[in-house]
Amino acid sequence: MLKITNLKATINEKLILKGLDLNIKPGEVHAIMGPNGSGKSTLANVLSGKNGYEIEGEISFNGMDLNDLKIEERAQKGIFLAFQYPLEIPGVNTNNFLRTSLNSVRKARGEKELDTLTFLKLIKEKAKELNIDEKFLSRQLNVGFSGGEKKKNEILQMKLLEPKLSILDETDSGLDIDALRIVADGVNSYKNKENAFLIITHYQRLLDYIKPDFIHVLSAGKIIKTGNADLGEQLEKTGYANLS
Amino acid sequence: MKNQDLNINKEYKYGFTTDIESIRAPKGLNEDTIKFISNIKKEPKWMLDWRLTAYNRLQSLKEPNWQKPKYPKINYQDLYYYSAPKSASEKPKSLEEIDPKILETYKKLGIPLVEQQRLNGIAVDAVFDSVSVATTFKDELTKKGIIFCSISEAIQKHPDLVKKYLGSVIPLSDHYFATLNSAVFTDGSFVYIPPNTRCPMELSTYFRINASETGQFERTLIIADKGSYVSYLEGCTAPMRDENQLHAANVELIALDDAEIKYSTVQNWYPGDKNGVGGIYNFVTKRGACRGKNSKISWTQVETGSAITWKYPSCILQGDNSVGEFYSIAITNNYQKADTGTKMIHLGKNTKSKIISKGISAGNADNTYRGLVDINKKATNSRNYTQCDSLLMGNKCGAHTVPYIKNKNSTSTIEHEATTTKINEEQLYYCNQRGLDQEEAVSLIVNGFCKEVLQQLPMEFAVEAQKLVAISLEGSVG
Ligand SMILES: Nc1ncnc2c1ncn2[C@@H]1O[C@H](COP(=O)(O)OP(=O)(O)OP(=O)(O)O)[C@@H](O)[C@H]1O
Ligand SMILES: [Mg+2]
Repeated sequence: MLKITNLKATINEKLILKGLDLNIKPGEVHAIMGPNGSGKSTLANVLSGKNGYEIEGEISFNGMDLNDLKIEERAQKGIFLAFQYPLEIPGVNTNNFLRTSLNSVRKARGEKELDTLTFLKLIKEKAKELNIDEKFLSRQLNVGFSGGEKKKNEILQMKLLEPKLSILDETDSGLDIDALRIVADGVNSYKNKENAFLIITHYQRLLDYIKPDFIHVLSAGKIIKTGNADLGEQLEKTGYANLS
Repeated sequence: MKNQDLNINKEYKYGFTTDIESIRAPKGLNEDTIKFISNIKKEPKWMLDWRLTAYNRLQSLKEPNWQKPKYPKINYQDLYYYSAPKSASEKPKSLEEIDPKILETYKKLGIPLVEQQRLNGIAVDAVFDSVSVATTFKDELTKKGIIFCSISEAIQKHPDLVKKYLGSVIPLSDHYFATLNSAVFTDGSFVYIPPNTRCPMELSTYFRINASETGQFERTLIIADKGSYVSYLEGCTAPMRDENQLHAANVELIALDDAEIKYSTVQNWYPGDKNGVGGIYNFVTKRGACRGKNSKISWTQVETGSAITWKYPSCILQGDNSVGEFYSIAITNNYQKADTGTKMIHLGKNTKSKIISKGISAGNADNTYRGLVDINKKATNSRNYTQCDSLLMGNKCGAHTVPYIKNKNSTSTIEHEATTTKINEEQLYYCNQRGLDQEEAVSLIVNGFCKEVLQQLPMEFAVEAQKLVAISLEGSVG
């Protein structure tokens, strides 16, 4: 599904990703761990097509060269990024945003756009699964949402848009114990043979709920170690310092 | 990486010119020009005298310069004050007689005038440069006693109403541009709604500047008699030219007891190009008098065009319990400048006013809200609520809020709220990541920001206005 070969990314003349390889197949869950500032969010941003990076190397997604696609085209083709810091957009009603977003993606997929009523029914169902109060949906997008509420809203959007590759950037940070379980259940219930996850996290506890097939350690812009689910627990004990 | 995508600018859609033979007054501002205008319109003597009085007063007035947007000195002697399509000099009796080129022009502007294609439920007065070329649905309105015609026609056919009300809200020597307009105004619309009549359709005027080096001095007068209601909408466009053209209109509204006037503007004059060359100077005086008790005047404006917009649609709340409202969206992009707002003058008891202003600035543009709330000593229990929100796109534009408040009455209250927000690349990135393209993203954010004002527009125009809002901001982020 996703094949990254020798990816280098520079921003403001600073080389952040320094030659990174990663291969994700449908149905797989990959976790990325690594020290602060090692380039995890940068990788997520680059995959989503964010402006401002100079890119070298190849990223192919389902046979397409991602470097040729705009941000929204990538999103429409099934790349979803749950932001580490979701943005607030004053004045924009959450429901309205979600519907516009869903319809853009549906249109690109050649599906019929949803009318307001059908949409509302759908979004209410999805919100309920994540234990999100309907009232949030009529508020301005993320404005005044607590940190955890924003993160849940990201997962709601993921479930709504049904992406092929979901990149979760520290979605677990800021969640309380119950919310963490709900979010993890949300991810698990969406997981299937066709879609894949790239989960960025600092903590093993999320990986206790969502069992990864691979854990990669990113350090100073390179993947320095790849292991199975057990690597997380090992890191929890020893930290990153002893890896090289 | 994809920054170039942010810089596509849609061309101004209405920038074409109509190649048509026209009759012009000789260049220059003087008594002869005024006599020329009055003569060609076959005006009665009282009207000419009124114009000449205004012209005399003008000699002692100075162009104001307290506004924020400054502009190069206008050479008033180098302008044409009257320009009309030759074919319209004798006003055609029916639409069939209108020059096909003019019909085509309005069709291109989305305002078909011919019978079969007319907009449903909207009567249109079409003003082309200095003359009204057509008014639709006249017969149906006449049956109800409603007068909707050009001001030129009203001066001839309804002199009593015109004499009584013209200049009664904007006095002859009010200020420079208003007085200039009184001297040389050419055409505009006249509306009279008889007592206890609800106007059955939207009335609208579509102003089009076509000729070059010509100022447009439009004059509109709307009177809602006791217990009547009317909703009126004006729209405006002009060709793309690299000269600046002056549009100095006067609009007077009068609402008698229990009457209501809703006046909406979608102003889309040519804004000039990306570098600030050309565009209309939109210096307009709009004022409404809530003369009767329980009367109401509501201004809604969507200002997206013009190089400079300088206007303060105001309400004089004379009647007890009268209500004034001002809903405004002012968008400035590239090098556009706007200094706009309102004046709410509370004179009667229990008068209420509400001001909702949304200023949006992008590019190198500058946007000022300037407003006055003045509560008179006798205006007991009066209330004002003002909310001014500014939205900035990018780092090179400016937004300013200048509220003047005078409360001379201790039983009255004034509330003022103001916010400034900024759309940034991160927000757009977030929207893009959810599948919205640049245009959809900007449109969503901006329309969310001005929702309260857009909701005030008559339904038929709200959708158009929403699109216009998005288009005028295209290419503005980055
Ligand atoms: N626009 C920028 N200009 C310069 N340096 C940047 C820019 N954006 C990110 N960086 C730097 O790139 C490095 C990687 O940042 P990134 O956000 O990818 O780290 P991270 O691994 O996600 O860290 P954390 O775990 O704290 O979220 C950091 O040193 C950061 O300061
Ligand atoms: Mg990060």
